[in-house]
Amino acid sequence: MRITRVIIIGAGIVGVSIARVLSKYENLKVHLVDMEPDAGWGVSRANTAIIHGGYDDDPRKYPLRARLCVRGAKLWRRWSRELDIPVNFSGILVLAFTDSEINELHVLKERGVRNGVPGIRVMLDKDVIQALEPNVSDDVKAALWAPTGGVINPIEAVIALVENAVDNGVITHFNTKVLSVKVSNGEVVGVETSHGLIEADIVINAAGLYADEISRSVGVEDFTIKPRRGEYYVFDESAEPKVTRVLFPTPTPKTKGVAVAKTTEGNLMIGPTAEDLSLDEKEKWGTTERGLKLVWNEARKLVKALPPLSKVIKVFAGLRPEPPHGDFIIRSYKYPHGFINVAGTRSPGLTSAPAIAYEVVRLIKSDIGVKLVEKSKWNPFRCGINKFRKLDSERRAKLVQEDPNYGVVVCKHRLVTKAEIVEAIKRIRKIGAEVTVRGVKYRTWAGMGECQGAFCLPLIVKLIADLEGIDLWKVKLTREGSEIGIGDIYELVRR
Amino acid sequence: MSVKRVYVDSIVIGGGAAGLAAAIKLKDLDVDKVMLVDDRARLGGVLPQCIHTGFGVHCLKRDLTGPEFAEILSSYLLDKGVEILLEARALELRYVNYYEKSVIVVSRRGLVDVRAKTVIVATGARERTVYEIGVVGDRPAGVYTAGTVQTLMDLYGVMPGKEIVIIGSGDVGLIVARRLALQGALVKAVVEAKPWPGGLIRNVVQCLEDFEIPLLLSHVVKRIIGRERVEKVIVAKVDDELNPISGTEVEITCDTVVIAAGLKPEVKLLEGAGVLMDPDTGGPVVNEYLETTLPGVFVSGNALVINDLVDTVVEQGEIAAEGAKLFIDDEMTAKYYLRVVRGDNVKFVVPQMLMGLREEITLYGRVVKPIERAVINIPEIGLTSRKAKIVPAEMFKINLLEREIYRNVEGHKVTVNVLSEGT
Repeated sequence: MRITRVIIIGAGIVGVSIARVLSKYENLKVHLVDMEPDAGWGVSRANTAIIHGGYDDDPRKYPLRARLCVRGAKLWRRWSRELDIPVNFSGILVLAFTDSEINELHVLKERGVRNGVPGIRVMLDKDVIQALEPNVSDDVKAALWAPTGGVINPIEAVIALVENAVDNGVITHFNTKVLSVKVSNGEVVGVETSHGLIEADIVINAAGLYADEISRSVGVEDFTIKPRRGEYYVFDESAEPKVTRVLFPTPTPKTKGVAVAKTTEGNLMIGPTAEDLSLDEKEKWGTTERGLKLVWNEARKLVKALPPLSKVIKVFAGLRPEPPHGDFIIRSYKYPHGFINVAGTRSPGLTSAPAIAYEVVRLIKSDIGVKLVEKSKWNPFRCGINKFRKLDSERRAKLVQEDPNYGVVVCKHRLVTKAEIVEAIKRIRKIGAEVTVRGVKYRTWAGMGECQGAFCLPLIVKLIADLEGIDLWKVKLTREGSEIGIGDIYELVRR
Repeated sequence: MSVKRVYVDSIVIGGGAAGLAAAIKLKDLDVDKVMLVDDRARLGGVLPQCIHTGFGVHCLKRDLTGPEFAEILSSYLLDKGVEILLEARALELRYVNYYEKSVIVVSRRGLVDVRAKTVIVATGARERTVYEIGVVGDRPAGVYTAGTVQTLMDLYGVMPGKEIVIIGSGDVGLIVARRLALQGALVKAVVEAKPWPGGLIRNVVQCLEDFEIPLLLSHVVKRIIGRERVEKVIVAKVDDELNPISGTEVEITCDTVVIAAGLKPEVKLLEGAGVLMDPDTGGPVVNEYLETTLPGVFVSGNALVINDLVDTVVEQGEIAAEGAKLFIDDEMTAKYYLRVVRGDNVKFVVPQMLMGLREEITLYGRVVKPIERAVINIPEIGLTSRKAKIVPAEMFKINLLEREIYRNVEGHKVTVNVLSEGT
């Protein structure tokens, strides 16, 4: 059997979804390449974390978005079970406050029906709306109810997918920047990276914000991916009032607007803004006063009350990869043969990711002409780290008996134990990523509570240093250059 | 697997200064079964990371460092027969009935449901974070709270950075500024939003002036900039309402930003148990034995109110222990109910309730702004006392005798005002 070598550029939600699906096939050897030390550190780590309702995307304007969003939302139901990904299909309410917004809700509803969204309806009475969500503003006039939508933990989804992909034979290359895609005689032959050449017959460009640069290096299609910034507030778990459904305002042509939602980890979150940045601002992950003020004012209109500002535990910004014409760019090319673009996966990219992966399989079969052979043994399952905070007393007691490190709380505000931190470090190594404080945080939620890691940061750093056998100060928060210190106090004095 | 139950007279949650003082006092008062739990691996709470002096000046009549003070308190406790559980965390506090409160504690040994007649919560405080003080921009490496800096430096031997900007001029910020300067860092500025320093004048002199560290009053850090590591901050002047004045922005290059913007009582357990909280202190509402609105649940130290001195923390631990003793002996009988409310220029007052339980009463309070020739006044009981100056950095204290209150008061409310003489 001839083996076809595949390189996926980008270990974000789209890249890792593709990796998982391609790991099913006997005759593919799949490499997953990312410039970051770990998976999901681009667009996937900072977004609204929503499984969309499928009514937003006009199939005439955005055929791929319309089709893949609905299919992706369905796939997430199965994938989240198989891979133990935190999800909550709480449903989505789109609120209307004026007559013209009510008209727009009917348009959305019809579109949802056309897109094949089940259960979607418009409700025109406040009492019905507030029965579903008591905290909806008293000014509400109507709501679109998309009951199949919800929220997902996007970074845990990425991690789950990589773990599963690696378990099924995918080879990862982190801290590896793709410099160019190599083409010979009209065919893709591999990628040149910061760590040398990796040979391949198929190259899949899922490089998120940087997909335009990769595509341009092959010379197939000249498009630009513009960063669109969104800012958010996150409230403490204890903050009230919360919502149980995802609340949206009536969307505008540019954006779905500022949402109010409860994350899978129990925090109220509001955002995002939709601010178009220029092409050279793909590193602008910072928050702004103006953006945050806008988020607060917009979110405030949807609900009777937001929790007090004193209950905010974090603000952050995310960047969405905005394609030129709004729709996803998912296609292969005659020249060079073997190159596939999966670019511009802006919202609903997270929702669509599983469906995008199957779309890529279709392209590999039909356009590139590879006959795929399924493995006789492929493991669809992955178990998450046992989260102490999510268990009842009896199951907690059992865990501590099995592993006493479950009895040692490291992050007191999110109740993350030493056993979970140790397990996270093991798992980071297993997928070939670099152990960082952020990596541990994303796998355990340590440091995501009200003190934002002020207490547990040194404890996590100590555990990483001990297990990795490095000096404490050299432990990195994120990338090279983010070490937690500049040296050992006493060595610096002696020097 | 069911969770094992144990029965005790008193459980102290937290082994810092307040908890240690409470546990020692409980044993001195002959309370039989006392348990102390702390989530750290050793006793002392945050004391071991506070290597500066100033601990124990009043209560031990000695000027000690934090680690020394912790060592002395711990040594008092060790032969008293208190069951000490370290690396043990209280997960939940629940009021079962008057004689029984349930505290679920987890440690390496497993989960245990401690059924206690009395609970003394001494869980300390947490620091306010960069997100709570309205600083926008990037979140690179090099942004730490003051407590994290102390821990990194003096418990783990990590030097956090070379060029430092500190946000907040409370005592913690001042002391960390000096600590960093002593270790060879260049502290470029201590930035304070208010027009006066948040800490004691003594500390401004000893920690900043002696090290030529600039103190920028009426300034805020607006934005942090940096990709992997902090590169600079944008600092602006503020107006009287503490709003940044546009056009006054300046850049300060640095590799580290230290957040020393104050503390918040750690009250999750109490909130979970359903006690009434005081928005002014961030801690619970308590009576003169520092008992919360749930009978037999006491609080002391920074979990009650943010203190300036370890001496008052110790004092509160002892008062709570005396209350617990009375409770265990069934002598906690209220004579009346009075609410203490804050009046002019007062940010908070503790305790917030008086019940005629105790002969000598200490009220703690803090002023909103510095007051020269201050007059503390409680009109309902005709109390007036004078002080040359009261500043927000120092908690003021009022000592009262219960019989003075009982005799004089009408209604169920007393108001604490701090006025300037002549107004």
